[in-house]
Amino acid sequence: MSITREEVAHLARLARISLTPAELDHLAPQLDQIITSVAQVQEVAADGIPPTSHATGVTNVFRDDVPVPCLTPEQALDQAPAVEQQRFKVPRILGED
Amino acid sequence: MSSELTRMTAAELSAALSSKEVSATEVTQAHLDRIAAVDGRVHAFLHVAADRALAQAKVIDAERQQGTVRSPLAGVPIAVKDVFTTTGMPTTCGSRILEGWHPPYDATITTRLKQAGAIIVGKTNMDEFAMGSSTENSAYGPSHNPWNLDKIPGGSSGGSAAAVAAYEAPLAIGTDTGGSIRQPAAVCGIVGTKPTYGGSSRYGVVAFASSLDTPGPFGRTVLDAALLHETISGHDPCDSTSIDAPVPPVVAAAREADVSGMRIGVVTELSGEGYQPGVLSRFAEAVELLEQLGAKVTEVSCPHFKYALPAYYLIAPSECSSNLARFDAMRYGLRTGDDGTRDAEEVMALTREAGFGAEVKRRIILGTYALSSGYYDAYYGKAQQVRTLIIRDFDAAFGQVDVLVSPSTPTTAFGIGERADDPMAMYLADLCTIPSDLAGNAAISVPCGLAPEDGLPVGLQVMAPVLADDRLYRVAAAAEAAFTGRWGHPLLAEAKGL
Repeated sequence: MSITREEVAHLARLARISLTPAELDHLAPQLDQIITSVAQVQEVAADGIPPTSHATGVTNVFRDDVPVPCLTPEQALDQAPAVEQQRFKVPRILGED
Repeated sequence: MSSELTRMTAAELSAALSSKEVSATEVTQAHLDRIAAVDGRVHAFLHVAADRALAQAKVIDAERQQGTVRSPLAGVPIAVKDVFTTTGMPTTCGSRILEGWHPPYDATITTRLKQAGAIIVGKTNMDEFAMGSSTENSAYGPSHNPWNLDKIPGGSSGGSAAAVAAYEAPLAIGTDTGGSIRQPAAVCGIVGTKPTYGGSSRYGVVAFASSLDTPGPFGRTVLDAALLHETISGHDPCDSTSIDAPVPPVVAAAREADVSGMRIGVVTELSGEGYQPGVLSRFAEAVELLEQLGAKVTEVSCPHFKYALPAYYLIAPSECSSNLARFDAMRYGLRTGDDGTRDAEEVMALTREAGFGAEVKRRIILGTYALSSGYYDAYYGKAQQVRTLIIRDFDAAFGQVDVLVSPSTPTTAFGIGERADDPMAMYLADLCTIPSDLAGNAAISVPCGLAPEDGLPVGLQVMAPVLADDRLYRVAAAAEAAFTGRWGHPLLAEAKGL
C-alpha cells in the first residue's frame, strides 16, 4: 500500500477539493495503483543525473519594461462571480476572532 | 456543390478561393451545413460560431474583391480546441468550472488565425483541461469517432480530430501534452503534428502542464497540416518559453515529399507486447514502404523510453496541480456554496469539488502528492532525472538517424466506456507519444492503413529533433503519397461511421 485513504483525504484538503466519502473510497485505491506504477522511475534515476524541468534550456527571458494597454476594470471584472465597488467580491478570508 | 466543398482539402479550397471559383461565404456555409447535419452524432463541437464565422467570411470575400489576400488560409474554415481563449466565444476547456466563461483576450494562436483570415467555425470538445485520451473526461459528454460512432475519437483533442475526419472543417487546432494531437489523429485516420515545444505559442492556451503543452495542427493531408503549422508558428513575446528562431520550412518539405537517402530509425522499445497485431503489421508495411522509397532504415534502441510513461504521470500531474490552483472561485468561473456563512477556503473547496471531474481531481491529488515534502525527491525529482535520460536517448538516436518512427498508438480506437474507469489502461494510449513531449522535440502522426482485425485506422509516428519539424513533413508526405497511390484514394474515403 503506497498511499492510504487518510493520506488521500489530507491531500484533497491541501488541494482545496472537498471530496465526498464515496469519492475517497473510489479514488484512494486508484491512486495507490497509479503511484505504485509510476514509482518505476526510481529504478533508473541514479544519483548524478541532472534533472530536466523543461526541454528548451531557455533561462531568464527578459523584455523591455514598456507600458502597453491592458484590460480595463470593466473587462477584468466582466466574468467575476460577484462584484462590488469595482472590485472582486469574495467570501470572508479571516475567521471571526 | 455544398458537399463537394466539405470534401476539399484546405489547399484545394485555398486554390478555389484564389481563382474566385467559390467565395469564403459559400465555403463557410457548406461547413456550417455539414456541422448541422452530422454533429448531433459526432459531437465534435462544444460551441458553433455560425454568425461570427459568416460575418468573418464576408469580410474576407470583400477584401479579396479589392485584391487583398491575407494568407493561403484566408477564407478556409477551422475548428479550434476549447482550450484556446477566444473573445466573443465561450472557452470551457471541457470543464464545468469554466462553463459559460467568456475570456477577455485572444490566445496568440487565435489572433494569428484571425489575422491569416482563417474562419473559426467553433470550439471543439476535449477531455477536461486536456487530461485524457478519449474525450470521455469532457464534462459535456464524449465525441464520437467518425469511423465508428461507438468508438472514442482519441483525446484530449478528440473533438478537433473528429471534426476534421467528419468533414466538418478541413483544419483544426489542438494541443499535445502527452500525445493529445497525435493519438486522436491516429485513431481518426487523419494527420496531426506536435511541433517542437516552444515553436507554437502557449499564450492564451489554458495551462495543463506548462513544460509540455504544445499547440499544433490537424489536417486531412500532410500539406494541409503544414500550411496550418506554418500559420500558427513563430516567436511570441507573450510566451517566455517561445523559441526565437525561424520557423522550420514545413510547407516546402511537405511539397518535396522525398525520403531518398534519409536515415530512418525504428525504435525497438515502441513495439511488441501490448501492441495490437494489426497496428504492428501496418507499421511494418509503412517501414517497408519508406525503404522502397529510398530511405535507409535501421533499428535504434532507446532504452529509457519504457520509463517515459511513469515519468510523465508524475511530471504532468505535478504541473497541473500547480496550474489548476488558479481555479479558485474568486475572480472568474464557477462559484459554489457562497451562502454568506462559509469562508473563502470552504467556498473554494466546494467549487473545485463541484467544478472538476474525476480525472482532474485524480491528477491534482497525484501531483500534490508528488510535490509534497518527503515525496518530492522520490517522485517528482526522479521523474525529472528520467526526463534527462529520455533526452539523452533521443540525442544518441539522432546522432545515427535523421528521424525515428514507431506506431502512433499501441491500439486502434477503443470503445466508448471501455477504459473510462481504468486510469492505467487509459494512460497506455499515450505510450508511443509521450517521449517526444518529455524531450520537447517534434513528431507527427500520418495514416498508414487499417488494422485488419477491426478495420480502424492506424497511425505512423515520425519523430524529429528539436526545430527539425520539416523532416516530419518530408517523411509523412512521402508516405502519404505512396500509400494513397497504393490504396487508390485517401484512407478517410473508407470511413463509414456517418
